[in-house]
Amino acid sequence: MQPFQYIRPASLAEMVMAEREARSRDAAARTAYIAGGTTLVDLMKLNVEQPDRVVDLNAIAPAFSAITLDGSTLRLGAFAKMAAVADHPAVIGGFPVIAESLSLAASAQLRNMASLGGNVLQRTRCAYYGDPAWTACNKRAPGSGCAARDGVNRQHAVLGVSDHCIASYPGDFAQALMALDATVILVGAEGTRSVPFASLHREPGDTPDAETTLRPGEVITEFVVDGGPWARRSRYLKIRDRQSYEFAVASVAVALDLVGDTVRDVRIALGGVATVPWRAYDAETMLRGRSLDEAAAADAAELAFASAVSHTHNAFKIPLGRSAIVRALLETAAMEVRRD
Amino acid sequence: MTDTHDTNAPPSESRRRFLIGSVVTGAAPLMVRGGEAEAADQPAAQAVREPVTVQLDVNGRTHRLDLDVRVTLLDALREEIGLTGAKKGCDHGQCGACTVLVDGRRELSCLTLAVAAQGRDIVTIEGLEGAGDELHPMKQAFIDHDAFQCGYCTPGQILSAVGCVREGHAGSADEIREYMSGNICRCAAYPNIVAAISDASRRMGG
Repeated sequence: MQPFQYIRPASLAEMVMAEREARSRDAAARTAYIAGGTTLVDLMKLNVEQPDRVVDLNAIAPAFSAITLDGSTLRLGAFAKMAAVADHPAVIGGFPVIAESLSLAASAQLRNMASLGGNVLQRTRCAYYGDPAWTACNKRAPGSGCAARDGVNRQHAVLGVSDHCIASYPGDFAQALMALDATVILVGAEGTRSVPFASLHREPGDTPDAETTLRPGEVITEFVVDGGPWARRSRYLKIRDRQSYEFAVASVAVALDLVGDTVRDVRIALGGVATVPWRAYDAETMLRGRSLDEAAAADAAELAFASAVSHTHNAFKIPLGRSAIVRALLETAAMEVRRD
Repeated sequence: MTDTHDTNAPPSESRRRFLIGSVVTGAAPLMVRGGEAEAADQPAAQAVREPVTVQLDVNGRTHRLDLDVRVTLLDALREEIGLTGAKKGCDHGQCGACTVLVDGRRELSCLTLAVAAQGRDIVTIEGLEGAGDELHPMKQAFIDHDAFQCGYCTPGQILSAVGCVREGHAGSADEIREYMSGNICRCAAYPNIVAAISDASRRMGG
């Protein structure tokens, strides 16, 4: 681990001021924010992350840790711990896809430590990215190439890939936020702004090192999720190589508004198979107004992977992902949900 | 890198600390030389290499330590304070051997920077006590059910199990297995670990 300067601001205003000051002193200095630290400390030990400054946000955290239901709108403080949100009755009852995505992620210890904001910003588990002994990684060292394309790429993405990067996005909670069309609140030097969660992550394209649309120094303070029939009838299906404490090989978040058997609205998000939290918009459009049976679900699944590109070891993710979509749609349709 | 406030180290730990202190002292001139060499063109480099004073509350005692800012809570507990109950397994948050209770909840000390653990109430296996002279019910249950072989993962298993019960996730064998999946046992003592947690959960009123 490389040495760093440690700073613990007492307020958001102090954080913004300290960051502005540091930037004016040395524009190239790398700052890393730390909350739970579960991704950052790991990557710092591996020398993948080598920040000059680590800004500890835990003095600020209590002000942005609340879980509140405001009418039918769920507001999740970005510093709330994964475990607290997964176990919250309002989340379990009104937004099951969120509770499931969080309780199926990581381990109990990690869920006690990791904040929601840090969770959505966690880095890929591409083994070549995580090991600087491999010199070719466009995400870690822009322009150096991609060792995964011709390497062992069983875990890698088939959707949203580019010639420069095929690393998969590893998280679970982000898929739930995608399926529920969540909004994210950001605070930085230029003030507060709110953006659709779907616009937070960037596909790799030819700049895989630029993973998000966050501005320099910006921090996530809150996630806002509207409730409704699709939020209550929602679930998260996670397929993995072992039963617990493992990243998804393929995962599906579904939020469904059904009238009888007819789909009034549906949102489908995919994990484990894509470079970013992924929405299957075409599949959703095809399903709206249709009666939801296995044939319709299979048509949607086919469409969801129409643009898939596989490499040496990960072609299995395409049929696996399709099957996961069918199963998730039918299981979500079969949920017993209170209507009001 | 000395502990200036720990007045209750068992005698066997004194020698250990002496050895650690000697090693660190021996290394110190090298670090200073490195800092001076870089000081000419990188004025900021030396500042980040200076030790920071860190105050940790462990098992009800307060320890003041002068630490490199990179030191994890696990290394501070083991190498500076002399509490070697928390184990270093993978050192990357994957095995659970380093689990400690932080503000009553189970966390991984290997992924926690010591400097960021200040002001939090830390309990290690050494500080997990039962009522009166009795062992903590989870420790007793692990003995009663022979819930270990080599014992290396056991401190982490026990503290994680206490967290599991407190969180209300020890209701069935399946639930225990799911909520204990962050603790790996290479001896595969899992059936007896699950039985011990189930038993202790009843004794703890969980």
